[in-house]
Amino acid sequence: MTASLVLQVAIGGLLMGLVYALVAAGLSLIFGLMDVVNFAHGQLLMLAMYAVFEFHTLLGLDPLVQLPLVAALLFVLGVAIYRGLIARALAVRFNTGMVQIFVTFGLSIFLVGFAQLVFGTDFRSVNSGLLFGRTVAIGQIVLPLPQIAAGLVCLLAFAALMLIARTEFGRALEATREDRDAVALIGIDRNRIFSLGWGIGAATVGIAGVMLASFYYISPTVGDSFALIAYVTVALGGFGSLIGALIAGLLIGLTEAMTALVIDPSLKQIGVFMIYVLVLMVRPRGLFGRL
Amino acid sequence: MVPVNTVLRRRRQELILGGALLVVLAVLPLAISSDYLRGLIVLTLLYAGLSQGWNILGGYCGQISLGHGLYFGIGAYVSTVLYVDYAIPPTLGLFAGAALAGLAALLVGWPCFRLSGHYYAIATLVMGLIALLLVNNWDFVNAARGITIPFRHQSWVALEFRFPNFPFQYVMLAYAALAWIIAWIVEGSRWGFVWRAVKDDAVAARSLGVRIFPSKMAAAAISGAVVGVGGALYAQYVGFIDPDSGLGLSLSVLIALPAVVGGVGTLWGPLLGAAVLIPVQQLSGAWLGGAGNGVDLMFYGALIVALALLRPQGLVSLFARRPAKAAEEAHAG
Repeated sequence: MTASLVLQVAIGGLLMGLVYALVAAGLSLIFGLMDVVNFAHGQLLMLAMYAVFEFHTLLGLDPLVQLPLVAALLFVLGVAIYRGLIARALAVRFNTGMVQIFVTFGLSIFLVGFAQLVFGTDFRSVNSGLLFGRTVAIGQIVLPLPQIAAGLVCLLAFAALMLIARTEFGRALEATREDRDAVALIGIDRNRIFSLGWGIGAATVGIAGVMLASFYYISPTVGDSFALIAYVTVALGGFGSLIGALIAGLLIGLTEAMTALVIDPSLKQIGVFMIYVLVLMVRPRGLFGRL
Repeated sequence: MVPVNTVLRRRRQELILGGALLVVLAVLPLAISSDYLRGLIVLTLLYAGLSQGWNILGGYCGQISLGHGLYFGIGAYVSTVLYVDYAIPPTLGLFAGAALAGLAALLVGWPCFRLSGHYYAIATLVMGLIALLLVNNWDFVNAARGITIPFRHQSWVALEFRFPNFPFQYVMLAYAALAWIIAWIVEGSRWGFVWRAVKDDAVAARSLGVRIFPSKMAAAAISGAVVGVGGALYAQYVGFIDPDSGLGLSLSVLIALPAVVGGVGTLWGPLLGAAVLIPVQQLSGAWLGGAGNGVDLMFYGALIVALALLRPQGLVSLFARRPAKAAEEAHAG
């Protein structure tokens, strides 16, 4: 095992970690805002990837060009999910926490069925485009361009998310999170903030999906493993913390790549889960969580 | 406050109702000649028992676990390995499976009970996945290939039948009845009251001197053991166990769903939920999704969403008018 191989795997892991971080950021944003865990988060990722595949096959659009389009589509979908289901789930008077879990779980089953019906169960992949098949070589380290682009775009999207958190809207988000009833008194429309939160959360996962689609297979259940990693990332970084999601995402990407290299690729997630259990024992609220 | 006499009378009425239902369900298989329907009854009763087990921790104690597939898998694997490799019949092996599943629930509970709400749900989900990943790579239990239980001879001790659907209706009926009676006992026990107090307001319960952690651990152990028995019986019923069918995430959800749909923290909720969900799931799979086209999943997913939104207190509330109203008033007040 040469040093350059280790370095190559490590960088590859960190780039994947940036994608994990962005997927987790959407989840964390929604959770932080209204205490709702979106169990259909992976299915949003899956839908974004299929959108890329379909636009690419039907219209010949390059995945990169589709970024704003798919992000906008996912934004609309996120708002629709909030308006149609989540707002109702929050209004329920019994077992609110449980209702919310099973509403998003039911939605995830529905969306997998929808994908099977519309897109079929065959594995798909996007096999052309600006980035496809290219690699970048730095000395002995060879990295595929799609992964590098994915890492960079996710990092940019993350930076944008951090900026949003500093705007007037971001402060309204923060205020709504602190006290959802009191904000009404100062003229903040809670429903509107929650809708936007869902829109932005879904759009970020859409961006991650677009970048993933240029180098990852696409299937109705592709979202499952990403969603699981996202839950672990959010729990590790601390629920509701954006910076925590970033650090945890990078840590998980690195751990996963290193476990695959040192132990066995089929056990690559074990390292990730072990870190999670360790954090659970030592610091249950996560690295940057406020409990 | 409800007078103690009323509570005792209601509990006795429930026991009588349960006994009557048991008699009906014991006669029912004699009137059924379709093997497909028998299979449906077997699965419905299995999930009624499993979900009742989940209900002890998830419903009465309010700890929503998404990792109960782990206890099912332990029960299934332990009894199967004991039978296939050591010739210990599953009617004995299921006790070992239940004991180990209960122990595993304690091991999972130890770190996870420091968390609450969604944090707890996600932690249990991850614990289930760790087990799935490990078993998928564990050669002693045939890794991802799974273990097939060879048919040797017709036997009630080994629960081996040439045509398993008929006898297993009774096996699963016994299992569902066992789970129900355990829930009935704990509901009226001191623990039952402690769990409901923990569920309603953990801080208030603690301030009254309730030791929360041990009470949650007790609920977890009983809950895990009941689900473990179900896993052992299921493996013997289908004659095969592999990581996906024994430990998958979807299994964990399937175990919880009947209780959620029927009514969490109620005696009849899991049974009612299973009686609605399992036939719907099986029949919609057969009618709508014959070619694996996904319509069955869409239907099932939409049904879960609709039931959760429209009947958050569970389907049992349709039958019990007054208690539901009382609960509503208690919530409002």
